[in-house]
Parts: sequence; structure tokens; C-alpha cells
Amino acid sequence: MSTAANTAATGAPLLELRDIGKDFGSVIALDGISTTVRAGQVTCVLGDNGAGKSTLIKVLSGVHRPTRGELLLDGAPVRFSAPREALDAGIATVYQDLAMIPLMAIWRNFFLGSEPTTGWGPFRRFDSATAKDVTRRELAAMGIDVRDVDQPVGTLSGGERQSVAIARAVHFGARVLILDEPTSALGVKQAGVVLRYIAQARDQGLGVVFITHNPHHAHPVGDRFLLLNRGRSLGDFAKGEVSREELTTMMAGGDELTQLAEELGREPRS
Amino acid sequence: MGRPARADERVAAVGLWRRLLVKPELGSLIGAVVILAFFSAQSQVFRSLSGIANWLDVASTLGIMAVAVALLMIGGHFDLSAGVLTGTTALTVGIVAVRFGQNIWVAIAVAGVLALAIGALNGWLVTRTGLPSFIITLATFLMLQGLNLGLTKLFTGTVQVRGIAEAPGYHSAELVLASTFSVFGQQFRIAVVWWLLATAVATYVLLRTRFGNWVFATGGDEVASRNVGVPAARTTITLFMTTAAAAWLVGSITAVRLTSVQANTGTGQELIYIVAAVIGGCLLTGGFGSAIGAALGALVFGMTQQGIVYLRWDADWFYFFLGAMLLLAVLSNRAVRRYAEAARR
Repeated sequence: MSTAANTAATGAPLLELRDIGKDFGSVIALDGISTTVRAGQVTCVLGDNGAGKSTLIKVLSGVHRPTRGELLLDGAPVRFSAPREALDAGIATVYQDLAMIPLMAIWRNFFLGSEPTTGWGPFRRFDSATAKDVTRRELAAMGIDVRDVDQPVGTLSGGERQSVAIARAVHFGARVLILDEPTSALGVKQAGVVLRYIAQARDQGLGVVFITHNPHHAHPVGDRFLLLNRGRSLGDFAKGEVSREELTTMMAGGDELTQLAEELGREPRS
Repeated sequence: MGRPARADERVAAVGLWRRLLVKPELGSLIGAVVILAFFSAQSQVFRSLSGIANWLDVASTLGIMAVAVALLMIGGHFDLSAGVLTGTTALTVGIVAVRFGQNIWVAIAVAGVLALAIGALNGWLVTRTGLPSFIITLATFLMLQGLNLGLTKLFTGTVQVRGIAEAPGYHSAELVLASTFSVFGQQFRIAVVWWLLATAVATYVLLRTRFGNWVFATGGDEVASRNVGVPAARTTITLFMTTAAAAWLVGSITAVRLTSVQANTGTGQELIYIVAAVIGGCLLTGGFGSAIGAALGALVFGMTQQGIVYLRWDADWFYFFLGAMLLLAVLSNRAVRRYAEAARR
């Protein structure tokens, strides 16, 4: 781990969740979720499908308001009633579907919702020259090689899109970066590329929330692991407290996995 | 500036051809040139100055609407009430000016407030309910059609409003909305200028402002754009109000030029606006299109309509041609989009 991350880890957490819960009507989607996100660290949220990962992201990014519990930003309680408010507070979310518009050019997507303008009054216009230039520079700084910022986002590969989305969040002054399953749809190589950008964002001092169902992706990059199952927390561990194997076992519900292994192992013989 | 040389090398590989192909207006430009060449070769009247003034006139009022409808379509919505709304505004101008004896500018202002309110209502209903705009505006279309007939009969006892020319202030209104100007000794309708102005403003807004970026984004993926902080509902409502404002302009031009307005004015035009926008490269699914393309689509429509008359063909063939062009446009739009998106080497 870098020294910057170590010193940052001693300060107050950027974001803290205390007993967060969320109900949709009679369905309890989340209950009793607590963890911390520190600057220069990666907090991994692990869980199988339906564990409540997506609901948790939506609570953090201001899409949903928590029914119970407290969200603390720099130690002070906050309530977001719109995604915009979370963004303004420095919490940027890179969604699974990326919140990018495939038919629009990369530079238009990069500044979507936060377009730089020039001129005044009715002649205030989208400063496209600056937008293109900044997009090109920010992508190059992240080591992302796109051929032409004018090409539609739809022409990029999955890993490239994730990387552009991460670069965008970093550029807009995100302090907390929430990544929703950034590696799930990617091949091994592409996933490695994205994990490297996650590490890079961490080294720049951001607090990263990395949501995934893949412990093999989470373990090498994570500093903290929050495990979810059916809307409840199975535990919130620091890096040293848990091994990759333990993570895998817990995620799959332990016994179920052993049972499955036996079941599958026996089949070829019968 | 500090752009990496490596990236520039790859840019060159994209090629001029693909850059042209991804322009939404390319198809309508080719279509317009082909149709212009065809009718010009066949008909002397068509290529004469008076002929040009004639088909530009047809294209102009249609074009103002097509441009506004194109913005709305890029934003991901339809407005079936746009056609009948031109009738509603024209009738309002007539009734307020003639029945209530108001200055024509007052009548035009009243029609404007009414149109914007209807546009806002359309937009509010669509954003609030999340129902397809197709069905919401079909409802407002039918209601307005009924109101146009019912209220016109109520106020005038007939199905038309006449005598707008006698209203106070008519001459200044005529100058702005229905006069002609001379180019090479040929009189052209002022509506052509409004059409060009609308196209220029729409293109500027679409490509050079924040709002334009939001229009593309809202139409491309509403949920995603809302997630990054685009005010999608406000954008949608503004677009419906823009269409309504265009209908107000066209309705006022119609009322002032014809000085009498039929109660069924504008009915059936709404689909033609959509056809022009689609010929101009707008995708039915939203997120892609151009105002210049829609203006060219209207031009194609105007040229075909007048060209068939000049060639003394049976006018029935016009709709066949229009349908064929629409089909061709939809197919080529789809092919171009796939080509532009898929292959990246």
C-alpha cells in the first residue's frame, strides 16, 4: 500500500454509513449496513445478485433516501434528495450502464450535465473547444488511448467506456468514487485494465467504493470489505482480517458452495 | 496544444467518408439534390424563379414545424398535436381579433400564451406520467380537434373565421408575417426567412449550447442523463413548448396571410412534420438527428409536391413518393447508424 494511503487512513473517514436501511413498501431491501470509506482506500462491497448492492449505491449517490440510519460525510450527517446533491458533495457514481449516451461523442458525454460555457446572456454557449481539449488531456493522463474524442461512445469497448467514466468522475473533483460492477461484463484483460484505473484513482487520494460479485477482483485492490447477503451485512472487514478464500466462501453462503462442489464433483462419475 | 501525436495518427484512419456518413443530414441532402435535379430537368417552370418561390413557400411553413418537431424527436418524443395546434393558434388569432375586436397583435399574444400552455401541459403530462408521448399527444390532438370545431362554431356560427384583414394592426402584422420580398425581381414569401431563421437558431442551440447537449442526452438515454445531473424533465417540457411555439408562429402566419381560417386547419399535418424530420435523419428512438436535416426534409416535401403538379402528374402519386422516400430514409438512417457505431477500425 502507498504511504499516502496510510496517512490518509488515520484521519476521519470521508464517508461513513451507520446502520443504513431502505424499505420499498413491505420489502426490506437493506438493513443495518455500516462501513467506512477513507481517502486513498478502496472499500469493496461484495454480494451475490439480489444482495442489495444496487440499492446501497443508490442510497449513497442520492437516488434513494435511506429509510433508517445515517450517512456521514467528513463526520457530519448528510441527506441527499437528488443525485445532483451527492455529486456536488463530491460523491460520483460510475453506473453499471455507465450513464453514458452511446450515440453521443466522447467529449459531449464527458461533460454531460456539467458543460463548460463561454460568452454571456443569451449568447452563453457550450465551450466545445475547451471540452474537447480537456477530455483529450484527462484521458491521456489516465493513460487511456482513445483515437478521437469526436467518436461516439458506442464505438468504445466496455473497458474503455469504464475508463472514460472513471476519468470523468476524477476530473469533476470526485472525492468518493462509487463503481457499480465495473468489471462484471469484461474479459480478463479488460478487467485488469479497469482494476489498474481503480488503483490509480486510489493513489490520487480518492475514496473508492468498488461494488462487485467477484472476490478475485476485489481482494487484490481492496482495503476494506463489506459483505452483503439478502440486504443484510455479513460483516465489514479490514484487509488483514479476511482472506480471498474466506471472502469467496462467505459470499456464496459457505455451506451452499461446499454442497455445490460435491454435487458437481460427483456428476461425471455417475 | 498538448495533444499526443499518436492519437492524431489514428484520427486520420477514421477517414473522411465515415465522418460524412455519421452526419445525420447527409441522406436528406443527397435526396434533396437528386429531387431538385430530377424535377429541374423535367420541368421548366420548376427551375424558374417563380417555380422556386412556389416550392420554397410550401417548404417554409412545413419546415418551421419540422425543425421544432426534429428537436423534440431528438429529445426522444413525438407531438401528434403539433399539426392541429397550428389550427388552434390560427383560429385563436382570428376569433380574438374579429369576434372580440382586439388589435391583431393582442390576438397573436393570446394565441402565444395558449400555445405555450398547451405545450407545457403536453410536456408535463409526459414527464409526470412516464407514458409514451405518442399516446398523450394523440389525446391532446383529438381534444384540440374537437375544441377547434366546437369553439369556432360557438363563436362564429360557421366552421371558419373570416375578416382578419379588417382587424386593427393588421398591416404591421402582415409586414412581419405575410409580406413578400424581392430577389432578382421575383417575390418570395417572408415565411421563407422565418424558416431559415428557425433552422439556424435550432442548429445553434442543438450543437453549441448546454441545452442542446441535454436534448441529445435525454433522447439517447433518459435515465442515464438524469443520473449525471441533466434536468431531463425540464428539457422535455421545454421541447414540447418549443414545438408549441413553432405551431404558434405557423398558425399566426396562416391566419394573417389567408385572413380567413378553416376550423380543420392543420389537421393531418402532424405526420408530415415527423416524415420530414425522419427524412432529415432523426431516429424514431431519439438521441440522433439534425435541424438542418429536418429543414431539408421539408424542402424535399415541398419540391416533390410542387414538382408533381408542374409535371401534370396525377397528385395521387405524391403520397406514394412520400411513402417511398420515408422508407428509404428510415433504412438508410439505420444502416448509417450501424456503420458509424459498429466498425471502429
